[in-house]
Amino acid sequence: MPDSNLQSSPENALAELIVTTLNLEVEPSTIDPMAPLYDEGLGLDSIDVLEIALAVSKTYGVKLRSDDKNNVAIFTCLRSLSDYIQQHRTT
Amino acid sequence: MTIVYPLTRHARLDDIFAITAKRPVTVASFLADVANLAATLPHHRYLFNLCDDRYRFTVAFAAALVRQQISLMPPSNTAGVLSGIAAGYDDLYAIHDGTPPAIQMPAFAYPDHNASVQPATTMPSFPDAQPAVTLFTSGSTGQPAPHLKSWGSLVRSSIAAGNSLGVDRLRGATVIGTVPQQHSYGIESTVMLALQHGLVLHHARPFYPSDVIACVEAAPAPRIIITTPVHLRAVLTESGQMPNADLIVSATAPLSPQLAIEAEKRFNAPLLEIYGCSEAGAVAVRRTVENDEWCCIEGAALRQDGEGTWAAGAAVEREVMLNDVIELHSASRFHLHGRLADLVNIAGKRTSLAHLNYHLNSIEGVRDGVFVMPDENDSGTTRLMAFVVAPDLTADTILAALRARIDPAFLPRPIRMIDALPRNVLGKLSREAVDQLADRKAV
Repeated sequence: MPDSNLQSSPENALAELIVTTLNLEVEPSTIDPMAPLYDEGLGLDSIDVLEIALAVSKTYGVKLRSDDKNNVAIFTCLRSLSDYIQQHRTT
Repeated sequence: MTIVYPLTRHARLDDIFAITAKRPVTVASFLADVANLAATLPHHRYLFNLCDDRYRFTVAFAAALVRQQISLMPPSNTAGVLSGIAAGYDDLYAIHDGTPPAIQMPAFAYPDHNASVQPATTMPSFPDAQPAVTLFTSGSTGQPAPHLKSWGSLVRSSIAAGNSLGVDRLRGATVIGTVPQQHSYGIESTVMLALQHGLVLHHARPFYPSDVIACVEAAPAPRIIITTPVHLRAVLTESGQMPNADLIVSATAPLSPQLAIEAEKRFNAPLLEIYGCSEAGAVAVRRTVENDEWCCIEGAALRQDGEGTWAAGAAVEREVMLNDVIELHSASRFHLHGRLADLVNIAGKRTSLAHLNYHLNSIEGVRDGVFVMPDENDSGTTRLMAFVVAPDLTADTILAALRARIDPAFLPRPIRMIDALPRNVLGKLSREAVDQLADRKAV
């Protein structure tokens, strides 16, 4: 796992997907891959998370499940979500 | 003589009341869990019931009733919302089952080993007038407005709503909710519905589409799904076979007929919509695929005067002004034509543009600013926009300031920084001028 604040290429693609899906007011490349997605970071709420889950399922074929014990960890930041998707993607 | 209502209306103490992570729980075991917890709760007048698990939430809610404590239902668990409410209540603690409150306050963790050895043999009852829960809606001044409900009004409301939904034909059905139990619709249509109609409460709150499908599939039939248009739309994007349900209930926002038809077909179940609000609870019901007219639940009635539309009924403690444009055909039948212009309803949370504008303009450095609700579309949740005149601030700074003041659901996307708002000579901002601004900036 890269430990820098620079986005990897899959992280950048995911950032673009999130920004487009949620119509966010940020430049995708400026999202800090380690910053929290909830609250102080991007300020996402549970409906956003649901929208992202739909977009992720459509784009990467990865279905998110909350009975997965890592669910909170997965949505910690852009990097954790991207890593999870890369490990589980089917498309 | 004081009227009392029992905690549950299951026919026998060995009926199943809940499906928890570990095991099915009988009514007798549930009552024992309630008595156990009630014996250990701290001495306070009010509590935040923050339990995520719907069964533990229900045990804590009932234990609070036993102790004559009043459950406060925060619309979200963010520090801003909790501290805003906590400021109004001196003698307050929080009960949680994993995530402690985001603010400094007395907190009580739901005990891991609450399960008691001795099943209970007596059914607790509570007086009609006992204060039970306080729900909150956004007030016009910036502080959440409390709505106190007595145990009796909760009971009558859920009995009337359940009868209109026809749940008596579904004896022993499992109630699966995707809605949080801390919301008016959530507590009425999952917790209270199960308690007062002898149904089985499912402890989970499935969130992602695959969770919902797996949870319904694993639940014993008959199955009742309590959900919202947002969750239903998400679930229906999943391809493939849906598990059979016996009843789907949707509320918080009107459902499009197309979505209702698809949901009925794929779950092989009737879909009923509830119309209501936090102050009045459930008011009316309709089967969307058959009729776009709403029919009041038993005991509820509407009337109109120069001020607007008022709802009254057995479940409503005093008449409540409804915030929607309503075409009344009789005291119990009506059409809904959207909400009043100033009101915003996102994800079942309601506020007014006046309230949001008040907060926006209270940010230091903001000279002028206005929230705008774009026209809604079917693809996803519509979010607010804001136009702000603040030469020394950035959109990020404003967003951060708003986050500390308002519910995240109402945060504007996008925030447009502009030089001046197109106010007319009277200083008013017409809807047309705002629409033009929105259209121009959308390009």
